[in-house]
Amino acid sequence: MRILSVIRQVLDAEENVRIAADRVDLASSKLVIDSMDEYGVEEALRLREKLPDVEVIVMAVGPERAEAGLRTALALGADRAILVETSEALDVIAVSSVVAQVAQREQADLVLCGGQQADWDCQGLGAAVAERLNWPQSTWTTKLAIEGSAVTGKHDVDDGTETFALSLPAVITTQQGLNEPRYPTLPNIMKAKKKELRRQPLESFSVTPRLKLLHAEVQVKERLRVMIDGKKDPAASATQLVDLLRNEARVLA
Amino acid sequence: MILIVAEQANGKLSKSTLEMVQAARDLARDLGSEAPVTVLVLGSGVAGVAAEAAKLADQVLVADLPALEHYDPELWSAAVAQIATEGETSLVLIGGGRAGREFSPRVAVKLDAALIEDAISLKVEQGSIVAERYSFLARVTERFQAVAPVVVVTLKPGSYPAASALPEPCEQFDVELNLPARRVQVTGRESVKSGRVSLTEAEMVVAGGRGVGTAEGFTELVEGLADQLGAAVGATRAVVDAGWRPYSEQVGQTGKTVQPKVYWAIGISGAVQHLSGMGKSKLIVAINRDADAPIFKVSDYGIVGDVKEIVPALIEKLRT
Repeated sequence: MRILSVIRQVLDAEENVRIAADRVDLASSKLVIDSMDEYGVEEALRLREKLPDVEVIVMAVGPERAEAGLRTALALGADRAILVETSEALDVIAVSSVVAQVAQREQADLVLCGGQQADWDCQGLGAAVAERLNWPQSTWTTKLAIEGSAVTGKHDVDDGTETFALSLPAVITTQQGLNEPRYPTLPNIMKAKKKELRRQPLESFSVTPRLKLLHAEVQVKERLRVMIDGKKDPAASATQLVDLLRNEARVLA
Repeated sequence: MILIVAEQANGKLSKSTLEMVQAARDLARDLGSEAPVTVLVLGSGVAGVAAEAAKLADQVLVADLPALEHYDPELWSAAVAQIATEGETSLVLIGGGRAGREFSPRVAVKLDAALIEDAISLKVEQGSIVAERYSFLARVTERFQAVAPVVVVTLKPGSYPAASALPEPCEQFDVELNLPARRVQVTGRESVKSGRVSLTEAEMVVAGGRGVGTAEGFTELVEGLADQLGAAVGATRAVVDAGWRPYSEQVGQTGKTVQPKVYWAIGISGAVQHLSGMGKSKLIVAINRDADAPIFKVSDYGIVGDVKEIVPALIEKLRT
């Protein structure tokens, strides 16, 4: 079985967002593998540990520096990596066509990716890839088991959870709860440098961008920031808050 | 036409559907008279939902089929793409719940359309759809132009006011669908039923974090205050990971996004991932022991103190 795990390099959550020329400027920011995608890499590695003849390919679509994320995934244990290189900020639907083409060329049986990416704030990648490949999908998966081509698992839906069964090939989107991702060890980081990392230009794929970014800005909502000291007299602070919410903010009857 | 896929729960139209109708009415003016507002109702035993929709739309299309009793992304996307193609739709609006976010990408691929997820505003500029949406954990507002003849949009709940009913209900038409076979078998369902208002539709949300101490503390303080206020209950990821609360209550990057009129953060420090799910709330009230907690930087009203003392005093004060 061949597993294709898709990762994105995103802004570290602790970093400030900088805007330049109407778009988010990541040039001097620290980037990390999206935590939601990390669950996918980890799950691929665990499946390889459990099942015979599994190859784990990790891929990214992005600029040259996305190579760092792929090297990390190789250090975690992925067998080889593919970087589809582009400096364009592609939308989810455009990226899905690249991922689907890679999945076909590599004859993948299973595609894993995060349930939502922390740069786009989009959830559509997994489902769009599944549609392009005409495969079934499970999104927001928290449990996964594979036996032969039979996949079973559990995932979150709007008002609770569902257990499901489907057959490979399939797309699974991952999230917290699925597993605890491992950390790379120093010997594995050294070994990862010798693993195959293939770079392919975006131009070797057929892609049509569907969204054009016109403008980006950081909007900070002004807050009142009224602070009440509730340490000395908790009851008085509670009374003061209720009075403010009733009479000033007018949000309580 | 503008095609709206009705979002429904428990035999009723969800508030998000009314919001989509309002967005469609605003856009119909700019897209011209060729753009009547059409609501598509999918399901089994949905006559009541269709009748509700008929009070809002220019036309209602209904597929009331046993095969549609339970949602499935492949069935839903096939149905929506077929109707959109037959009706020469230029804009498809889909609710921003989990299901909508899951089947809308398939619809977009089938229609070779642009996909705009979680839009907060929609406009027509020189014939193209232009949308605003949040990105980078809701810290950035981006404006996009769709570059495709068809655009599929999921609307962020709470971004538009609910549409008002029309004086006369519109006509309803049954549609015939070519549905694919189900490939995903659902082998079990667990739904979290609570007597409270739904988290994403609530005007007021009371949410708790680690600072409430224990699962029992959460019940006493957060649920106690929510019940007193008639509010929905939310939780941080830490609380869900600890097993104190179900995932369906989680607010933040990996949970639900809410923007109520008032958000109460009880014992929540305010990590970026949590703020991305509630930072757009109209008013934020925080109670936390640590005066330096990041939550106070985004709060309108805050009490620095022990939640175990302050929240019971609040409940008492509100009761009288």
